[in-house]
Amino acid sequence: MLGLTYVAAVLATLPLLLILFHLLRQGAASISLEFFTEMPRPVGEEGGGMSNAIVGTLILLGVASAIGLPVGIGAGLYLADKRNAPLAMTVRFLSDVLNGLPSIVMGIFAWEFLVRPFGGFSALAGGVALGAMMIPLVTRTTEEMIRLVPASLKEAALALGYTRWRTSVTIVLRTALPGIVTGALVAVARIAGETAPLLFTALGNQFWSTSLREPIAALPLQIFSYAISPYSTAHSMAWAGALVLIMIVLIISLIAKYVTRRKFAGGGD
Amino acid sequence: MKASQRGDRLFQILITSFAICIPLLLAIIAISILIAAWPALSKAGLGFLTDSHWNVSAGEFGAAPAIYGTLVSSALALLLATPLALGVSIFLAEIAPKWLRTPVGFTIDLLAAIPSVVYGLWGIFFLIPLLRDPVAPFIKDTLGLGATPLFSGPNYGYSMLAAGVILAIMILPYISAVTREVLMAVPQSQRDAALALGATRWEMIRDAVLPYARSGIIGGIILGLGRALGETMAVTMLIGNRPEISASLFAPGYTMASLIANEFSEATSDMHLSALMAVGAVLFGITLIVNALARWLVWRVTKGGVS
Repeated sequence: MLGLTYVAAVLATLPLLLILFHLLRQGAASISLEFFTEMPRPVGEEGGGMSNAIVGTLILLGVASAIGLPVGIGAGLYLADKRNAPLAMTVRFLSDVLNGLPSIVMGIFAWEFLVRPFGGFSALAGGVALGAMMIPLVTRTTEEMIRLVPASLKEAALALGYTRWRTSVTIVLRTALPGIVTGALVAVARIAGETAPLLFTALGNQFWSTSLREPIAALPLQIFSYAISPYSTAHSMAWAGALVLIMIVLIISLIAKYVTRRKFAGGGD
Repeated sequence: MKASQRGDRLFQILITSFAICIPLLLAIIAISILIAAWPALSKAGLGFLTDSHWNVSAGEFGAAPAIYGTLVSSALALLLATPLALGVSIFLAEIAPKWLRTPVGFTIDLLAAIPSVVYGLWGIFFLIPLLRDPVAPFIKDTLGLGATPLFSGPNYGYSMLAAGVILAIMILPYISAVTREVLMAVPQSQRDAALALGATRWEMIRDAVLPYARSGIIGGIILGLGRALGETMAVTMLIGNRPEISASLFAPGYTMASLIANEFSEATSDMHLSALMAVGAVLFGITLIVNALARWLVWRVTKGGVS
């Protein structure tokens, strides 16, 4: 019976290796400098790039962070501070509920709330949908990190005559900062590849656009439409896009790891 | 009031209002989706859930095929992923040498970082051809299961089976992360006692470790179910998108999430939009119940007593 667990371990690691292998083989073939600098070519034509989608994804992540980080960190501070107060228990439970909300449901909500009333698809609506998905992730890690700060540190600050809010901001938050930054980066990496919330909000755009009030291109959306198109030139663009998307996710995750390492090495503050 | 107290009050108000954003956001989501779904729900009533005809041009909106597809594809995913997750978690928690734990654990956790759309892309160009050629003929002819309703009919690759397999890969890291955690939470004394009574390693795991961790493992499985139910992009790209209920796993199907993803931007009539919103509301409701159940089960093991 124990031998079966070895089989399970092999089978469970196989999909990732296969996916990475295909990504590297198919993606590397169609990736070049022009992929990052040029616009998409018309369907069926060779070459071209996805510069608009890469920039679009970065803009969407910026908008999402502008909403998700302050709300998530604030809520995390509140939860760590109030612990078992009835409101804190409720917020903690509902944050879990929000975390389990299907991304497509977040998409139709953002459409109903931000696209329909304003009469058009927009980067802003897409960013808000992604930001809302970030909130529970950031809230949870912030609370966990702040709880790790030794109570003695907080008590020492209060005993020295610091006010509560200055203790929270300059002592507690500062001590927990590397952990919170890591949590924030992990959250950004998680939403960077989200497609479903963008389908009816950011919509995608064949042209160059950085306006928040216009539809905007995004890597995941572009990969989706290339993948289901019948042209083989589009397919190779989809693979290249997927490789770049994975690289972005990976780079953000690696930075997150580096920030935590600094904390444990005692180098950061 | 002293200036310092005023600062404290302001800070309290600030973080409390951020915290209140979460219930507020959830309430707005629930209310606005329910309002948008109301015309379709009030017209069809409970029949919305049981009517199996989804025909846009005829104005028929029955969500049963999509609900069926969501439940079947998720169940299939659990069926495939659970033994695998359980096996690899036992391997990592009890058997593997130390140097192997980190790389294997990391590889599985990394599966959770891959975007859904990339799974879909990989599925279209690798999984579908694989199912079409060695897998489907193997099941039909070599195993002789082609005559059973479960594997009857032609197989074009895009099918309930493809959706189930990709979902299984996608939820594997979630189930295995929770399972590993609850296995690690089993006290060492539990293991030592079993071994002292003369149990072999496998008997120790089967009789002392697994029963102790049982409700936490079930919680992890249900958490994976919650993920599978709401998964959109990869399923939309692989399931074939046909609103029909078929017993065969080789037949194309539809899920609630993929139905919304496919039709929402093309919905022209108000009733069509409202029906899609209603599908969203049903999906929201189901995942809510499933997730709450999972959290409760995991919480019982990691914080509470033994099951």
